[in-house]
Amino acid sequence: MSTIAARPESALMPKRHYANVKHSVASWLLTTDHKRIAILYLISITVFFAVGGFFASMIRLELLTPKGDLFDGDTYNKMFTLHGIIMIFFFLIPSIPAVLGNFLIPLMVGAKDLAFPKINLLSWYLYIIGGLLAVWALVKGGVDTGWTFYTPYSSTYAKTEVFLAVSAAFIAGFSSILTGLNFIVTIHKMRAPGLTWFRLPLFVWAHYATSLIQILGTPVVAITLVLVGVERIWGKGIFDPSLGGDPVLFQHLFWFYSHPAVYIMILPGMGVISEVITCFSRKRIFGYEFIAFSSLAIAIVGFLVWGHHMFVSTQSTYAGMVFSFLTFLVAVPSAIKVFNWTATLYKGEITFEAPMLYAFGFIGLFTIGGLTGLFLGAMATDIHFHDTYFVVAHFHYVMVGGMVMGFMCGLHFWWPKMTGRMYPATIASIAAIIVFIGFNLTFFPQFILGYLGMPRRYHEYAAEFQVLNVMSTAGASILGVGYAIPGFYFMWSLFFGPAAGPNPWGAKGLEWQTQSPPTTFNFDEGQPIVVEEAYAYSIGGSESVS
Amino acid sequence: MPNVQIAPEQASTIAPQIDLVLYVLTGLSVFFFFAVCAVLVFLAIRYRKGTKVNRTIVDPHAGTALELTWTIIPTIMAIAMFFWATVVFFQYSRIPDDAMEVLVTGKQWMWKIQHPNGKREINELHVPVGVPVKLTMTSEDVIHSFFVPAFRVKRDVLPGRYSNLWFEPTKTGTYHLFCAEYCGTDHSRMVGQVVVMEPEDYQRWLAGEFTAVPAASAGEQLFTKLGCVTCHEGNSPRGPALKDVFGKEVQLQTGEIVLADEDYIRESILNPQAKLVAGYPPLMPTFQNQIKEQDIFTLINYIKSMKDDQESGSQS
Repeated sequence: MSTIAARPESALMPKRHYANVKHSVASWLLTTDHKRIAILYLISITVFFAVGGFFASMIRLELLTPKGDLFDGDTYNKMFTLHGIIMIFFFLIPSIPAVLGNFLIPLMVGAKDLAFPKINLLSWYLYIIGGLLAVWALVKGGVDTGWTFYTPYSSTYAKTEVFLAVSAAFIAGFSSILTGLNFIVTIHKMRAPGLTWFRLPLFVWAHYATSLIQILGTPVVAITLVLVGVERIWGKGIFDPSLGGDPVLFQHLFWFYSHPAVYIMILPGMGVISEVITCFSRKRIFGYEFIAFSSLAIAIVGFLVWGHHMFVSTQSTYAGMVFSFLTFLVAVPSAIKVFNWTATLYKGEITFEAPMLYAFGFIGLFTIGGLTGLFLGAMATDIHFHDTYFVVAHFHYVMVGGMVMGFMCGLHFWWPKMTGRMYPATIASIAAIIVFIGFNLTFFPQFILGYLGMPRRYHEYAAEFQVLNVMSTAGASILGVGYAIPGFYFMWSLFFGPAAGPNPWGAKGLEWQTQSPPTTFNFDEGQPIVVEEAYAYSIGGSESVS
Repeated sequence: MPNVQIAPEQASTIAPQIDLVLYVLTGLSVFFFFAVCAVLVFLAIRYRKGTKVNRTIVDPHAGTALELTWTIIPTIMAIAMFFWATVVFFQYSRIPDDAMEVLVTGKQWMWKIQHPNGKREINELHVPVGVPVKLTMTSEDVIHSFFVPAFRVKRDVLPGRYSNLWFEPTKTGTYHLFCAEYCGTDHSRMVGQVVVMEPEDYQRWLAGEFTAVPAASAGEQLFTKLGCVTCHEGNSPRGPALKDVFGKEVQLQTGEIVLADEDYIRESILNPQAKLVAGYPPLMPTFQNQIKEQDIFTLINYIKSMKDDQESGSQS
């Protein structure tokens, strides 16, 4: 019978751990320790999240009134473009994989580091170079193509820093590819003795599926962005019909990566939820194999649905039909996950710590995000909703309601492991609730706006859309507060938080069997040997399963 | 004033059908969402730590039947919804033969409209109620998208090719016309209105303040002015006669057979050597960058109007 381990007050911070072995700046910037690299990523993505969030708040501020009275059209267009590019390429894609995945995968498989520690550091540098290029594009005057870089606008007509922005995304893409490669090799080759595939935490399965998409999909968008650059700089006709190109070809190439990229931005979040739900239900997960395989199913079928972004693009009706069918099918594995998480609660012993609140929030918001995806996958309704605020609401429910909630969930769950210290539980729970309320108030009205017909990327809009836009902006200000609060208590926790001890949540999994924060090589007593399945909590009959 | 509208008007024949799909999808989604939430909340409360409930799990493998149930039922429902939505979409994509044709050119940042009689307007589209209207659309620069929320129709407007969209308005009134595909600085100002009128009002509007030069005779003037007439009339060996060619199959030099539709004629004006008709020399110069999209429309309309019956079938 395992109960919650010793309360944090009785624990002491370990004398030596990965973060205090050396203190120089160089020891951080040249580190090959996956945990230190994870911290570098955490700091950098937080900075980008703040920049992207700044643009989001400017967008919401402009949309308070129907007239474009705060910014001119060009400035507004740059703001939503930079919001998208920064949030997607420099926050969401690296968020859970590069921070939590980097920190935890070696710990979870019982290894002392990732398979290629130097390549791991290289990924961070590529990410930073890409990020600096994006900042340079921003400082030089911005870019106004939308994060989707549709041609021929981006390749011929836009007068902004398209080439720099495209290069930024191109370079960041390699960072993503290398991280995926590192994870796949690590998961294949470095598992502790006894840690069979079906004993792996589902967090690891989710990252395995994500990594497959990263290494197979990202090269395609990289090539596509090069082609945009070639057309833009040398005027070679690829996408612009006046040069002999085909503008729809760009959309095919772009979405071939960018739709699977949506799964890069949600699968890791799903992995986090599987860990947290089991821990705070004290119970084995329901349907382990179904959740594991649904991640792979999503990764594979997810490559075959890109055309659902193009139902109104003059793509063949019959092609559209196939894409629509596969889109409906890819919804099923996501539904399976939601049902299994819910069923895990049955006969559990449930507690409501901040990570668990975020997990509940994730399930609710992701369910809405997933279901509204069907409205866009159905051809009849998509012709109305395409490129309206309904789409904006839908993908924010998936990416913010799903992935950002998942990231916050995971950060709150593993913060004690990463820093060795606890944060104030009550304030954290309040912040989680504020985020949930603010999020819904921001994005739910946008579903209705989309149904009414308000197109996305509009800097001015018809007067009858104002009330819903005001609600959305009000919600955004609450959401902003909800995101700011953790910034403060996490900083506080770093210096004053009570020591967490190795396993403050009484969780299963190898990462909890070593000290918090871990030492540089994770398991000083030698590689652990795994004798039981994942989530062998006391409830759920784990003892009776081989 | 702050009365919040939650549904757009239904002003076309397709709108109620699309809305019906939408209502059913919404109903199913609301049901699934609340079912998940209800079970989640119930379990979270019942099994919260400290409650005295039975937590013994008899058979940890009992889940397979449940897993299959919640895999198969949603799959069947998903396939059914897919099927229905696709059928509605296919109905929408079949353009009625008797539709009145209006030409639409998108450019940064305006909509240029041309009616069958040659009347032109900008950012406004006047149409009669109860008549199917087919739009043939192209863009002079980047991709735009023609969107009328009240009709539930949207279609991208692409440079370099034609796309079509049709609707049949069911209610008179004025409706929003939006550009839905981001197109640069004044994307949000690339808006206008669709004015749906009684047919007799439409006829009056069409004739009013306007000396009608039927598009076809404007086309005849262009046909002469651009010199097309020198090679494309009678039985010139230099170029194929264009009478009665529209909508027919044409054999190319490569042996390939193509349909002489709008896109083919447009391509043959802008890039004449791309698909040469069998038996004719590659003499024609390109008109790329020398002719506006609207003039190409006008020429195509003229070519469409060149039917055999005009000269009582003197040629075979």
